[in-house]
Amino acid sequence: MASKPPDISSDTLPVLEPGHTFASITDKISSIVLTGRTPLFWYISFGIGFLLVLLLLFCITAVVSVGIGLFGVMIPVAWGWAIVNFVWWIGIGHAGTLISAILLLLRQKWRQSINRFAEAMTLFAVACAGIFPLIHLGRPWFAYWLFPYPSTMGIQPQFRSPLVWDVFAVSTYFTVSLLFWFLGLIPDLATLRDRATRRVPRFIYGMLAMGWRGSAVHWHRYESAYLLLAGLATPLVVSVHTVVSFDFAVALVPGWHSTIFPPYFVAGAIYSGFAMVLTIAIPLRKLYGLEDFITLRHLKNMAIVMLATGMIVAYGYLMETFMAWYSGDIFEKYMMMNRMFGPYGWLYWVLILFNILIPQALWVRSLQTNPWVLFFIAIAVNIGMWLERYVIVVVSLHRDFLPSAWGMYSGTIFDYGVFVGTIGLFVALLFLFIRLLPMISIFEMRELVHEEEARSE
Amino acid sequence: MARLPIYGLMAEFDSPEALLEAGRRAFAEGFRRMDAYSPFPVDGLAEAIGFHRTRVPLIVLIGGLLGCIGGFYLQYWVAVIDYPINIGGRPLNSWPSFIPVTFELTILLAALAAFFGVLALNRLPMPYHPVFNVERFELASRNRFFLCIEAADTNFELERTRRFLDEIGSLGTYEVEP
Repeated sequence: MASKPPDISSDTLPVLEPGHTFASITDKISSIVLTGRTPLFWYISFGIGFLLVLLLLFCITAVVSVGIGLFGVMIPVAWGWAIVNFVWWIGIGHAGTLISAILLLLRQKWRQSINRFAEAMTLFAVACAGIFPLIHLGRPWFAYWLFPYPSTMGIQPQFRSPLVWDVFAVSTYFTVSLLFWFLGLIPDLATLRDRATRRVPRFIYGMLAMGWRGSAVHWHRYESAYLLLAGLATPLVVSVHTVVSFDFAVALVPGWHSTIFPPYFVAGAIYSGFAMVLTIAIPLRKLYGLEDFITLRHLKNMAIVMLATGMIVAYGYLMETFMAWYSGDIFEKYMMMNRMFGPYGWLYWVLILFNILIPQALWVRSLQTNPWVLFFIAIAVNIGMWLERYVIVVVSLHRDFLPSAWGMYSGTIFDYGVFVGTIGLFVALLFLFIRLLPMISIFEMRELVHEEEARSE
Repeated sequence: MARLPIYGLMAEFDSPEALLEAGRRAFAEGFRRMDAYSPFPVDGLAEAIGFHRTRVPLIVLIGGLLGCIGGFYLQYWVAVIDYPINIGGRPLNSWPSFIPVTFELTILLAALAAFFGVLALNRLPMPYHPVFNVERFELASRNRFFLCIEAADTNFELERTRRFLDEIGSLGTYEVEP
């Protein structure tokens, strides 16, 4: 390869640092899992996560045994933190499928070192999300009433309701993400089976790999199935947050009843998802020395996706404000004035700062490859997206049509406990995953090595 | 079928190109019962050893159609036949409201069909397979590429096939215990 002047355009930043072979990639990634020594930071991170999981269990027990009155929800604000957190977690889940499915169909090679843990992140985020509507039911032991089954009570779910659509969308999303993730894992589980030296891990990975032996005929069918799953997951990922937005948009509450909700929710979901992938990837690549695989090129590309989806979200805010004025509807106009300058007004401006203003720094090229700056912006976007959902859910509800029915809302200690607890659950599951399964897809990295070799010849 | 003394002969290669070339030559030589093993999918390898079409897309299509039709009918049955209630004067068969769930169930069944279809076609889980008896085969999931010609092939003849595999550049030829 001819030497080029150093610049940071995406052509020169490699998706894989040179000098790697099939063997070095395999050994490096599988050694993270198969090593007998667990690093200290793993114990610390998992330990913190585990303590928070205990907090989560405590709070859930309290809320289920006493009732959701422990959450601050009351008329007019009957959807509080629980729904905010649900939408936030579901949104975060969207990046995993986007990276693994849409970028696969678009033949983006840079997806290959981040897809595995982004998919795992999706599963864990959806699992955290699923907890909230369940507790929020008030009587979670009747959750199965949401599914159509031959009930002796002779009743059935109401399929005209977006809340029932949501049940189907979220459970389908979780199932398909799990299948996609596990299908991707099978060849790597076979690698771990062959690399493991001790009996127990060899047996467990061997069972999970199901006898995968890398046959050409198997690979042929496998690739076909993988591609089809990606093709199925692509419209699915768009549909899930669309359905979540229907929960709001189909209602008549000012600030909810809006046709821009579906696209703006999907963009917001991808935005927050990429922010979370960056939040996780930046420390992990450092801690595990994976800078060769998760290169600056990945960080830069994710930063650009974040900037692009962030601009769509900004357009959504702009249009909501414009339509409130243009509609001439006094309730819509009041909703927007109240959102900006009412008792919760400061939240709106913090949200604009975190979601719209701070990420504009990503226009500066040198900042796109600065891990510290990216980490900071990703955290800001995570917080900003949470505030966005809070503003949509709580601020719209607290003052709707009749001033006599207005009220104020704030979360309670149990709201904080459950929310922080799910973050703990997410961290704990993520670290378990990193310890027990290859966090980077080994066989796809071998493919990448092969392609890079073919290209340089 | 009589039990053969060995399952086949396995040849080792160190690059996907070498394996692809070996597969092509073995197919040209008239071998049909063989399989190639690689640590990652190699373009054209399945075709080189004579495997051309896969039924995975058909299975996925059937799964998707079942999900679509079954999903819509489920809602129709619930809303019109089993539990008809009047919601704001809307028709009992208010089909536009049934589309989101129909769509989700289409995807769900298609995805389940893809996942279980590929496992079933590949005959997985398979706890035992003779190729694992070759010690070097554990490198098939690392950096080595293997071609195994089965003894069940009509052209198979131990010494001649071994010579053939050595000729086409095998780095090591191993007998595979059944």
